[in-house]
Amino acid sequence: MSEHILPSKLYWTIWAVLICLTGITAWVATVDLGPLNTIVALLIASGKALLVVLFFMHVKYTSEKLTRVVIISALFWLLILLGLSLTDYFIRHPGIAGGA
Amino acid sequence: MSNSPAPLVLEHTPGLQHHFADMEQQRNASSLGMWIFLGTEIMFFGGMFLAYLVYRMWYFNEFAAGSRTLNLLVGAVNTAVLICSSLTVALSVRAAQLGKRTLLVTLLALTILFGLVFLGVKAYEWDEKFTEHHVPGYSFHFQPESPEKPVDQGHAQIFFSLYFAMTGMHALHMIIGVGIFSVITWMAWRGRFTPEYHTPVEIAGLYWHFVDIVWIYLFPLLYLIDRRPHG
Repeated sequence: MSEHILPSKLYWTIWAVLICLTGITAWVATVDLGPLNTIVALLIASGKALLVVLFFMHVKYTSEKLTRVVIISALFWLLILLGLSLTDYFIRHPGIAGGA
Repeated sequence: MSNSPAPLVLEHTPGLQHHFADMEQQRNASSLGMWIFLGTEIMFFGGMFLAYLVYRMWYFNEFAAGSRTLNLLVGAVNTAVLICSSLTVALSVRAAQLGKRTLLVTLLALTILFGLVFLGVKAYEWDEKFTEHHVPGYSFHFQPESPEKPVDQGHAQIFFSLYFAMTGMHALHMIIGVGIFSVITWMAWRGRFTPEYHTPVEIAGLYWHFVDIVWIYLFPLLYLIDRRPHG
């Protein structure tokens, strides 16, 4: 049996951090950081997602390597979907952007 | 009914299906299956995120103006509600691991409650959109913030279409989640889970956390596009 039982204090700590990050991301959006606003918002969101995946979803403690392979490949495919589509939309037809 | 003696080595554990070598292999197989399903879910939401990304870059003006009409405080509080539900899910998996049945049932019920609160707040927000004529369709009308900043009605509709599509699909996942957790709670109430066998709690928990993560991205992408003070 390799199932880890984590102390409940750890879950409460992660919860507190997630709540704080939610407050911070809402507040920092009202501060003018120029183009950094979006980047900061996405970084905070990714940090929160990472905490949920590692601790709440137990990926940090899982013994099953295949789980990590599945997660990483899913993210990789998402990156292909977003990345390659964006190059198509914004490089192949630069003038197609509607309106502007 | 509880306190069944620990199974002897090579004895058939009650929860073990015969095609698995042991409980750990059985649990890993279920968990892996759920992760693969979540991989397909990432692709499913990924398509909408891509549409959002392209239109946001094309029609940033309307997206920013539309985003500012969403209620920041309500959105942030709802995010917190969802995070609380993820905490109760994580703690309920722990309660199942420890075999604490009453605690498990309580935490699962709390999870359902948080989920319903989230959906209720979402319904309130959608209702607001109807009274503001921000629902795409014939009666759609978006009032520009100032006469100097005209807004293209069609582009604004695209923002609200994506808003409803993304929050709507997320809410549908929440409703399914509440349904799944109702069944899990009922099973827990009947004493179906033991420290040796509680895979359904764990698997349902993975799904719930995933839906939480989708919202963690939706909140900044929809509510926080451009909240900077305008000079």
